[in-house]
Amino acid sequence: MTGILAASGPVIPDFGEASTCVQDNRLFCPDWVRDNWAPVLQPALLQHVKLVVIAVAIGFVLAFAAALLARRSTWFERPFDLFSALVYTIPSLALFQLLVPVTGLTVTTVEVALVSYTLLILFRNILTGFRSVPADVLEAARGMGMGSFQVLRRVEIPLALPAIMAGVRVATVSTIALATVAAFVIPEGLGRPIFLALRQFFNTELIVTAILAVGLALVADGLLVLAQRALTPWTRIKAGS
Amino acid sequence: MIADISVFGDALRFIQDNPGLLWDKVVEQLELSAAAIGVGLLVALPIGIGLGHLRRYSFVAISVANVGRALPTLAVIAVGIVFLPVGFTVVLIALVVLAVPPILTNAYVGVSEIDAETIEAARGMGMTERQILQRVELPLASPLLFAGIRTAVVFVVASATIAAIAGGGGLGDVIVNQASYGIEGVIGASILVCGLAFACDGVVAIIQRLVTPKPLRGRHAEDAMLVAEPGREGAAL
Amino acid sequence: MADAAARIVFDHVTKRYPGRAAPAVDDLTLEIPAGEICILVGPSGGGKTTAMKMVNRLVDMTEGDIRIGDESVRDRDVTELRRGIGYVIQQTGLFPHMTVAENVATVPRLLGWDKQRTEARVDELLDLVDLPAVDYRARYAAQLSGGERQRVGLARALAADPSVMLMDEPFGALDPITRTRLQHELLRIHREVRKTVIFVTHDIDEAILMGDRIAILRPGGRLAQYDTPEAILAGPADDFVADFVGADRGLKRLSLTRLDELPLEPLDGARGPALAGSTTLRDALSTMLSEGSRTVLVLDGDGAPRGSVTLDALAERLVS
Repeated sequence: MTGILAASGPVIPDFGEASTCVQDNRLFCPDWVRDNWAPVLQPALLQHVKLVVIAVAIGFVLAFAAALLARRSTWFERPFDLFSALVYTIPSLALFQLLVPVTGLTVTTVEVALVSYTLLILFRNILTGFRSVPADVLEAARGMGMGSFQVLRRVEIPLALPAIMAGVRVATVSTIALATVAAFVIPEGLGRPIFLALRQFFNTELIVTAILAVGLALVADGLLVLAQRALTPWTRIKAGS
Repeated sequence: MIADISVFGDALRFIQDNPGLLWDKVVEQLELSAAAIGVGLLVALPIGIGLGHLRRYSFVAISVANVGRALPTLAVIAVGIVFLPVGFTVVLIALVVLAVPPILTNAYVGVSEIDAETIEAARGMGMTERQILQRVELPLASPLLFAGIRTAVVFVVASATIAAIAGGGGLGDVIVNQASYGIEGVIGASILVCGLAFACDGVVAIIQRLVTPKPLRGRHAEDAMLVAEPGREGAAL
Repeated sequence: MADAAARIVFDHVTKRYPGRAAPAVDDLTLEIPAGEICILVGPSGGGKTTAMKMVNRLVDMTEGDIRIGDESVRDRDVTELRRGIGYVIQQTGLFPHMTVAENVATVPRLLGWDKQRTEARVDELLDLVDLPAVDYRARYAAQLSGGERQRVGLARALAADPSVMLMDEPFGALDPITRTRLQHELLRIHREVRKTVIFVTHDIDEAILMGDRIAILRPGGRLAQYDTPEAILAGPADDFVADFVGADRGLKRLSLTRLDELPLEPLDGARGPALAGSTTLRDALSTMLSEGSRTVLVLDGDGAPRGSVTLDALAERLVS
């Protein structure tokens, strides 16, 4: 049985004037959290948010463009779909490490990997959204004298929005979870304090960082649900007069 | 930006030079993954299929999906380490926790979304609940069931890689240990683990093809955790 | 933007699809006078929808020309052309993400009308189609019944006051009662707004009821006969038309005339069931048969008997 943690064994570091709570390595020490929020936890949280927002934004732009192309011409869909499914199968840690020789131990490496993962989710959901626009609605729009761009802007995108938002939700939550692995490449994001805590078997930090990581994802999910409800009021009415 | 691609050549040489070590690691990882998937199937399939058959408690499936997506492997391991020592057990438990959501959610959606009229027709023909499950629901739900299992398998193999830091063994051991194995070892093991993930995905795909009834083959079911239909998700968090 | 209705001319219009031997529409030539409803009717494969769609260029002509007023449809920019034509389809195609008011306001907004003018127009149209604006403005399509949806579709098509309306089996998806009601609604609205309308249907009874003129297209897209309903029923051009119109065309002709259009016999103690003057001859005949009476009394607007009509008078009408 190997593993870098097993090799180091349980070590109780000397925290000096640390509280008894920390010295006893209890499950949750509020004083530690208070002391370390500003220097450790908050920066990690903000870095994490930044990583995720960039990844989802870029992934969205790429996937949206691809879905616009794929919704009419069938030749594009299969290759792009296969490609993103392929990349999605690659374990994240491996993808990070394979990119390092090419783009270095930088944020770029992390972002390239994260974007690749969001591509599959966003592409499938956005395309599904476009495909769900009823044919008679499109025909009426064209017949009324809307040009292609207007049909897209006034009809297709609004009607695809529920599926698109659902995709953004899934992609965001998944990316928040995935971005923890970034700590293997760069010292940023919530993965870093988790990593350090694992080395020291420091219970409070382990629990707190784990809660932060999961909590961030759930909060983001909730906010996106609210955004979806605000953007698509017509999806919540009941059918029939 | 370092663009030192010669390292890939070194990596391939590493693979050539260390077949025994790498094979041991592969086997370790496969054992761990297989165990986790096995337990995951035992736990998640009955619940997912059962709830799907009853068409009740959809919020359970939805919540499990939402929470499951939000669980980073590292966080699950972190919590595990608080309560259990480093080693096979804690990693196994962590991997099971990660494997359950895709299997459960897809099983639930796969079974519950079968046309209610089809089930009614089966009932009307005099099939028992068990027969309905066996002869109608499971075959019809198999595209989604397997979509969930494939996702879980790939996810478990990937997470097992990361879980090496908690004593899980496997190729992750090499990948996180640049000090011992050098950059060529890290890259080499990374290449291998990609191959491992693809191979596992392929195996499940073959099993799926063999088990799925002919008319349903070729139907490419979208993993319900990836393609979230707004209707399915409902407004529940 | 023409407010007045315009006439429509089909000039040897042909549509051929690549890879198919027979044309979908074959040398169609007819003229629809401004302000009239022209029904394109025929069995499936007759090319009627294709012919209609060539007017707003959702389908492009292979040969020939279509003119609205004096201008060929080919000469105008296609989106501009379509904004000047009202288009109503069977499934309505109402935008699910917009309210009723927003749906109706679609073309005015595309044309850049200001907000006040648009809102006033929306209210005006909703009242025209008998959906009080106060109740219906803010509803969504999913909250409406089939008949209500089709009325909104109609209002939407009329919004920018087009000179021409194209209607593709608009009432086909409705139940018979709603369909009849909407057919009469449309006739009432047409009396008020007097647009030139091309109306596609496969239902000959609907065609006879709605049309000022009927164009019957046979499979292969060739025109079989183009004339008023009365003329077609009195003299079908060939066997195909006679078959399509139905062996009961005599009875159908009776539905084109009302009791108060006939010369009435003096009352003179005549006895029989009393019917309103607006009753069609066909319904009058039906009443005579079911009540076993050879005479019906005709009522005036106040419900008082004015005169009577006999079965013989009806029969004579048929022969003339």
